[in-house]
Amino acid sequence: MVTNAFQARVRERQPVPVIELSGEINSTAEEALNLAFSRASESGPKALLLNFAGVSYMNSTGIALIVGLLAQARKKHIELRVSGLTEHYRHIFSITRLSDFMSIYDDEASAVSDAGQQSQA
Amino acid sequence: MALIQSFGRLIGRSRTAERTDSAPRSGTSIVEPVDITENDPLLAYLQTSGGVVDIETLTLDSPGLSVLRERGIKLVVPLINQGELIGLLNLGPRLSEQEYSADDRRLLENLARHVAPAVMVAQLVRQQETEARNRERIEQELRVATLIQQNFLPKEAPSLDGWHLAAHYQPAREVGGDFYDFIGLDDGRLGIGIGDVTDKGVPAALVMASTRSIIRGAAQRLSSPAEVLRRVNDLLCPDIPPNMFATCMYCILDPVSGRLVYSNAGHNLPYLYTTGGAIELRATGMPLGLLPGMSYDDHEVIVKPGESVLFYSDGLVEAHNADHEMFGFPRLQELVAQQGDRKDLIAVVSDALEAFANKAIDQEDDVTLVTLAREMTDGGTLDGGGDLLSEFEVASEPGNERIAIERVETVVVGLLDEARLERLKTAVGEATMNAMEHGNKYQAGVPVVIRVQTTGDELIVAVTDSAGAEPIPEATTPDLDAKLAGLQTPRGWGLFLIENMVDELRTSSDGVRHTIELVFALKEGGDGD
Repeated sequence: MVTNAFQARVRERQPVPVIELSGEINSTAEEALNLAFSRASESGPKALLLNFAGVSYMNSTGIALIVGLLAQARKKHIELRVSGLTEHYRHIFSITRLSDFMSIYDDEASAVSDAGQQSQA
Repeated sequence: MALIQSFGRLIGRSRTAERTDSAPRSGTSIVEPVDITENDPLLAYLQTSGGVVDIETLTLDSPGLSVLRERGIKLVVPLINQGELIGLLNLGPRLSEQEYSADDRRLLENLARHVAPAVMVAQLVRQQETEARNRERIEQELRVATLIQQNFLPKEAPSLDGWHLAAHYQPAREVGGDFYDFIGLDDGRLGIGIGDVTDKGVPAALVMASTRSIIRGAAQRLSSPAEVLRRVNDLLCPDIPPNMFATCMYCILDPVSGRLVYSNAGHNLPYLYTTGGAIELRATGMPLGLLPGMSYDDHEVIVKPGESVLFYSDGLVEAHNADHEMFGFPRLQELVAQQGDRKDLIAVVSDALEAFANKAIDQEDDVTLVTLAREMTDGGTLDGGGDLLSEFEVASEPGNERIAIERVETVVVGLLDEARLERLKTAVGEATMNAMEHGNKYQAGVPVVIRVQTTGDELIVAVTDSAGAEPIPEATTPDLDAKLAGLQTPRGWGLFLIENMVDELRTSSDGVRHTIELVFALKEGGDGD
């Protein structure tokens, strides 16, 4: 069937690079997501923002990918920030405890302007 | 001899176009009427001359005067009625070859005074006759259009056990191209079409009649409304006049289950009345007759006991009131939400339109209304009491959970609020993925069966695989710390998510198939957190 293909676009916004996610985050998203993460973390930023504003659907495999990304980020001591989640996916980030490890912002502007290091578990 | 030429009133006075009956008779010379343009100074002169005018001695730079002279006119007697020049009496030379005498001139002036009012009356009579003929022609066309229209609309709505069907057609003075139809199909199903052809009058009525016939033909052979519209579009395209097209919504109702499958070619979206409000039944597609090769989509909804569907045409929502406001969709949706359970919904809507519309102007466009109301005495109940909203299969192929989500979403429309609908969608997606992956091992030929039903105060989505004897694993809380530390796989969120999305999770197995039931309370306060 026709799906809304996943895309991850990196914007080198300083000091917090942004990974703009769009489409559906499922098993097909893995490669593009990891590629975007390594590109965005090349400059060794303190924090990275995952912008979910363009994401239409995310399943449990997608959540597993985010967990994997979070594990990589923690190894590299990069704080992961999140913006653009719908109420529904905020709820899911909360019950999976992902939001204990990532700061959730309403939008990109507030996420990149924040000095950071809040709610790190 | 002489000729009275009168100035045509219908076409203004730019030309002296109306000819009197001037069949030549032997022995007399006939003077032809002369064209005199409106701005010819001769007219202004004649208007004020106050009597017989001698053409030969007149000095005036006037094209009309030259023509009169060429024709051998000697005298012109203006016909003045109430100060208005309405015609001329043109005279050639006297047959006796003598000059016109003073007596002749007095006689002519006298005559003109009497003739002028008579010519005026004749002009008015002729003008009215022409107008009456035009009116008659228009009325005749209207009668033909109305006749075509009404002959092709069903005389009455069919009667269907457990349902109340009704239709109403209110033509505008200038008949538009609205149509509707009920088509009895095999197995007691009913085809329902409602549409609107662009344009008005006879052309629209003819296109409407042929569209309806093509739909009737296609409906008997094809069981999918989308296929019916595709076929109608392809047949209509070569024959429809340019710049004309038809919007149409076509549906098939199964009166036993209440399942309404619908497809749309650019028509207004019907409203489904539910206890939770009026829901727009969304579906889009190109109008019929514009482009060949168009495809359409089927959508479906279950009309439950006590619910009803209202179909309508533009004439309703685009009617204006005295303040030039449109009746509009929000007003109609609110009306259906408030009174959609009334058996006389059509009368409710018609009354609302009448109260709204500007009385000072004619009804602007045809108004067509069709309602399907399912009676409270329930048909189509399940064994355990309740309604089967949908049952379908999806092939076990990666990504197909999206099909399951979309189909479930369509049939539960209006049952859950937005947040709970999102949770249901996630739960359906995860349950279907689990069934396809762990149960059916992604064998495309082994489908997942999904059944959506309501029983009393619960909505239940049952997802069944064919896993064999393997037990369904228990949902456990994944350990995020362990996953982040690399001690656990990052995966394994499916069942945990499902459990957190639903109000209740039930599992069962018959040794061959596993079923996971996603249960949502339909009463207030059933929060899934």
